[in-house]
Amino acid sequence: MIIDLPFIWAGLIAFAVLAYALLDGFDLGIGILFPFLKNRDERHLAMNTIAPVWDGNQTWLVLGGGGLFAVFPLAYAVVMPALYPLIIAMLLGLIFRGVAFEFVHRTKRMQGFWEFGFWGGSLIAAIAQGMALGALVQGITVEGRAYAGGHWDWLTPFSALTALAVVVGYAMLGATWLILKTEGETQVRARRFAAPLGAGLVALIGIVSLATPFSRPEYLARWFGWPSGAWSAVVPILLALAIWQLWTGLRNPDHLRPFLATVAIFVLSYIGLGVSFYPNLVPPALTIAEAAAPESSLLFLLVGAVVLIPMILAYTVYSYWVFRGKVRPGDGYH
Amino acid sequence: MFSDISAIDLARFQFAFTISAHIIFPAFSIGLASFLAVLNGLWLWRRDEAYLRLFDYWKTIFAVVFGMGVVSGIVMSYQFGTNWSVFSDKTGPILGPLMGYEVLSAFFLEAGFLGIMLFGRERVGDRLHMAATAIVAIGTLLSAFWILSANSWMQTPQGYSVNEVGQFVPEDWWAIIFNPSFPYRLVHMVLAAYLTTAFVVGAVGAWHLLRSPESRGAAIMFSMAMWMALIVTPIQIVAGDMHGVNTLEHQPAKIAAIEGHFASYPEGRATLILFGLPDNAAGETRYKVEVPLLGSLILTHSLDTPIQGLDAFPADERPKSAMIFWTFRIMVALGFAMLGIGVWSAWARWTGRFYDAPWLHRAAVLMGPSGFLAVLCGWITTEVGRQPFTVYGLLRTGESTAPLQANAIGTSLMAFIVVYFFVFGSGTFYVMRLMGERPKGRIDIDKIGPTRTAGIAPVAANQTLPRRTSEE
Repeated sequence: MIIDLPFIWAGLIAFAVLAYALLDGFDLGIGILFPFLKNRDERHLAMNTIAPVWDGNQTWLVLGGGGLFAVFPLAYAVVMPALYPLIIAMLLGLIFRGVAFEFVHRTKRMQGFWEFGFWGGSLIAAIAQGMALGALVQGITVEGRAYAGGHWDWLTPFSALTALAVVVGYAMLGATWLILKTEGETQVRARRFAAPLGAGLVALIGIVSLATPFSRPEYLARWFGWPSGAWSAVVPILLALAIWQLWTGLRNPDHLRPFLATVAIFVLSYIGLGVSFYPNLVPPALTIAEAAAPESSLLFLLVGAVVLIPMILAYTVYSYWVFRGKVRPGDGYH
Repeated sequence: MFSDISAIDLARFQFAFTISAHIIFPAFSIGLASFLAVLNGLWLWRRDEAYLRLFDYWKTIFAVVFGMGVVSGIVMSYQFGTNWSVFSDKTGPILGPLMGYEVLSAFFLEAGFLGIMLFGRERVGDRLHMAATAIVAIGTLLSAFWILSANSWMQTPQGYSVNEVGQFVPEDWWAIIFNPSFPYRLVHMVLAAYLTTAFVVGAVGAWHLLRSPESRGAAIMFSMAMWMALIVTPIQIVAGDMHGVNTLEHQPAKIAAIEGHFASYPEGRATLILFGLPDNAAGETRYKVEVPLLGSLILTHSLDTPIQGLDAFPADERPKSAMIFWTFRIMVALGFAMLGIGVWSAWARWTGRFYDAPWLHRAAVLMGPSGFLAVLCGWITTEVGRQPFTVYGLLRTGESTAPLQANAIGTSLMAFIVVYFFVFGSGTFYVMRLMGERPKGRIDIDKIGPTRTAGIAPVAANQTLPRRTSEE
């Protein structure tokens, strides 16, 4: 076969996960920032900026999980038990986060509670996702076709570090999204959040980037060996450019640039991870080819993906376009 | 803490619990999405404000129910991996793409257009809003299509081979998707969802008719629901019978367990056990009340076709009878009660006392939750009835689980139970409270939530393009 189906699918799953991290990233970020907003009106305004789109954003997570089940069933069967407590915590967090969109408007007495749930659910989901990322980077023990590590292998200083990085990163996406979607006092406040969050994010990316190559020898070779190191160097250079864009965007009264720059920082960090991982799907030993489903599965779903994913992207863009512009108090998103 | 219970039992209970909690919401939202599309269509066609008000009334309820369906559904898509990883590894090549198509063709569609359906009428105009509403309804049906295909393949697998590492490999996708039990299960479930919704809508309408007989909105929903009850229930009973015949052909052990037939009837002439206490250990149904010959008539539509009892199957391949004997009977009884309400309502219409029949209205209120109960009982019957297999006849439930300790599954199970009862209990309470509001005008949320302002701001006041603002 000329076309390498497992490789294409690894790219598509990676795309779905990235789309999730970016799109639900700013949703979760707004949840994380909830306690720092001024009052109930401002919290609900922030929630309204994502009310029409959050469900579609979250669906990328279902595609990431469901897609893994479909095209890399072995990876799915190994990773889920390995990260068991994290996955359960993430799911429970997402339950509180998701129902809060409706529940806060359905009760007066418990309104504060569901706002708390929106914050707590978002924070727990972000922490769980960040720790899962760290645990994956560090590697998963596999024997035969099953996870063979311990129940607490995922809990390390490194995974705590990546959890912090993801929480700060999501909060940064949320803050810059608010700069884009709000005006007046709320926007000023969001801009004030963005400065320290941006600095923190850049620092954390730096620390994680330094810690990653030294956590596994093959990463070190990929980043500092020759000639792969020369190619890999493109990523940090572009990252520096994105950080500079973020800096200028935050210093000037710019509405869109801080968000786009944060998105670029996410994309580049993600590509950096991909550089470390390839050709493994689950480091250190499960490769893309080994984990792939039989060709008939890959091909069957690929036909649908090729037709449907562009359509999904088109109507997602349309939906964002319909709900474009600044959100104002009393716009009635509930 | 959970050392007395095996990991497999805990994993099974967790799956049963989370999927039972989940199915409640789609069973309602599939029907409600179609109902909303019809209401919106009627509003655009007749320009009768009453339909628009009903649309807004049920839209609010739909948003809450749909949200709960989404969050409980994500749990399902990850639970295969967390608790049933061996099953996932082996069946992923077949079930994964089916679910992948569900995500790509249904979940994104619903989520993508839900925002426009809920908040977008003034922004996109009537026509596109109608399209979005219809698309959400189509999305719920597509979702049912794929997930029922996946479930049906596990019940009646075909079109596969097995590779050297024990994975099921797809050979013929058409045969996999349209496996023998799929058409029956799909029709039975979609009709069940429609009936579930009809009886909820009917109960809400009847409730308000009892309190304020002049309410036009209540009259419209009660009338629409009772037409559904009258027309769809008989179709559902026929569909259920055909599903049963199909099950007898492909999963005879399940039928034997449902019927409480421990002994075979080699000559046919099987009795129908109406009631009794199936005793799995003793291998007989005690205290049974039977009707001669009727069992054969219902199952084989003939008198002398041989019918297998549980004794025709190896002991380690028999499903347990006690539970599904009863869940099946509850489902059937509810089905006939629905038919009774439908016929009663037709008679009330005929005699001109349809809106002035308090006992009919009270009965309809009582039947409000009947669809949920019937759906749950039906699913318990079909899922427990295919034990001890996850993929029927091929992969045992006991060989499907993840390499996890009982403690890990027990802890997550406790967490799910606490969170589900609290969160979905609250949601159900909010939905009931919304249903308690009389359907007049736009629902007055001001009374229960402080943030709602008058409707949605007009488009003109709202359009600031991101590009323009970024140049400021």
